[in-house]
Amino acid sequence: MKITVCIGSSCHIKGSRQVVEQLQYSIHENNLSDKVELAGTFCMGKCQQGVCVTVDDVFYSVTPETVKDFFAEHVLAKV
Amino acid sequence: MRIFDTKVQHLKYKVLREVAKQAWDDTLLDNLLEIPKKIVPGNTPTMRCCVYKERAILAERVKLAMGGDKENPNVIEVIETACDECPMGGYEVTNSCRGCLAHRCEDVCRRGAISFDHNHVAHIDKSKCVDCGACAKVCPYSAIVNRKRPCENACKIKAISMNENKAAAIDNDKCIACGACVYQCPFGAITDKSYILDAIDILKKSEQNEKYKVFAVVAPSISSQFSYAKLGQVITGLKHLGFYTVIEAALGADMVAHAESKELAEKGFLTSSCCPAFVSYIEKSFPDLLPFVSHNLSPMAAIAKYIKEHEEPCKVIFIGPCTAKKGEVQKESVKPYVDVAMTFEELQALFDSRDLDITTLEEDVLDNASYFGRIFARSGGLSDAVAQGLKEHGIEDFELKALPCDGIEACRAALLKKSKNVLDANFIEGMACIGGCIGGAGCLTHGEKNKAEVDKYGMEAYEKTISSAISMLK
Repeated sequence: MKITVCIGSSCHIKGSRQVVEQLQYSIHENNLSDKVELAGTFCMGKCQQGVCVTVDDVFYSVTPETVKDFFAEHVLAKV
Repeated sequence: MRIFDTKVQHLKYKVLREVAKQAWDDTLLDNLLEIPKKIVPGNTPTMRCCVYKERAILAERVKLAMGGDKENPNVIEVIETACDECPMGGYEVTNSCRGCLAHRCEDVCRRGAISFDHNHVAHIDKSKCVDCGACAKVCPYSAIVNRKRPCENACKIKAISMNENKAAAIDNDKCIACGACVYQCPFGAITDKSYILDAIDILKKSEQNEKYKVFAVVAPSISSQFSYAKLGQVITGLKHLGFYTVIEAALGADMVAHAESKELAEKGFLTSSCCPAFVSYIEKSFPDLLPFVSHNLSPMAAIAKYIKEHEEPCKVIFIGPCTAKKGEVQKESVKPYVDVAMTFEELQALFDSRDLDITTLEEDVLDNASYFGRIFARSGGLSDAVAQGLKEHGIEDFELKALPCDGIEACRAALLKKSKNVLDANFIEGMACIGGCIGGAGCLTHGEKNKAEVDKYGMEAYEKTISSAISMLK
């Protein structure tokens, strides 16, 4: 599974670093390092909906507040 | 609202804008020869002796806007027909000399170069004069002037001389492409080659970023530019031009500060590698000091490398204040990462070639780097960032003694001391332009407030430390 987080300007201001850090922590905590790959990209073209995240090319709008629920629902439940 | 400092910049801009306009429309080859007449219509000369000379020079400017002489490896070129062959006799006595009794000029001259005619008017014997300038300083009438060409005066590394036609000539073995002469020549006879046609070609062929993404990497000195609009409007303007997104070169500066502080602590002495003119100066004039040059890429190249490695297929266009960057991107070590380097002057021409009034656009955001990455744009910023880098690495057993060199003369003094092993510093921050990048020849304007603008922009960064800014780059 590949999670890509937008680290472009717009998402950055909306907290993409906090999202990345939380995802890194959750992946580590659940021992998923060999199953989930975390990557960054500059802009997904949907700046209004940031922080932009894709899981295997499916788009999600995430915030630092919702990232834990997002991880449980769309990552943990599917690996 | 004044967009440029000088009318020379404005003229150069008009040519660039026209060339760009035709290039967007695919009509450049058809209309190439008409451009000079379009810029100087009618029969009344406004700049030179006649419109024919004006147009002949404009034809040369068109060539430079299209990349200039391919045979000449230097990105800075002299337009010989535009050179006014300014007098360059050194110190001369003018007719303000009143033939006084005091003769301070004679007394102060250690070479005995001053004599007087039957009217008691001073004369300088050129075979004895060493151009020290002491006589000019003591004359109560300021009657002695130094006739020096502005280009020569601007070139502190003495790469400009006079050729057999009395026109300015650049010694490519010495020239570091800093662009000081480009900015200073009052006739616009020295200019930087433009690669905007390559930029337009890349943007057009991307087919709205479908074929590949086109990234704009902008230098942090942009915060002191386009002051007639908001920075956010410049970013929107870039996207209107067809760029996929805009990224701060300052994020590359954060990467450099992180790596360079570690390298410095390991090696014990370094000179910075951010300013391409400074690095080129070491290569050409202090080759013995080359081993001390930091092995880091410049911030521009560092971030471009990251983009190329993560966002393929893509192209990277750098936009900054610097003419020397145009040379840097031709280096084998940088070529794969940056496709085109252009200046703020050229960006203004690109905006206007598309009739984009950026003041009417909504504001986008630009925020990738930390405070420390952003202040690289001014003298002293890199040293501050390296100090911060050492702190963030937790390196405490290394005492930083940074020497920020503001301008190429200060760089020269520091490098001379280092070559004689009498330099009391372990890090040379070399910036060829006075003030740092904000003094670059490719800036639209240069002003007292620019440093404050850069600092303010630095303070506005979302990330406060280098480590937090680069933590997302994996």
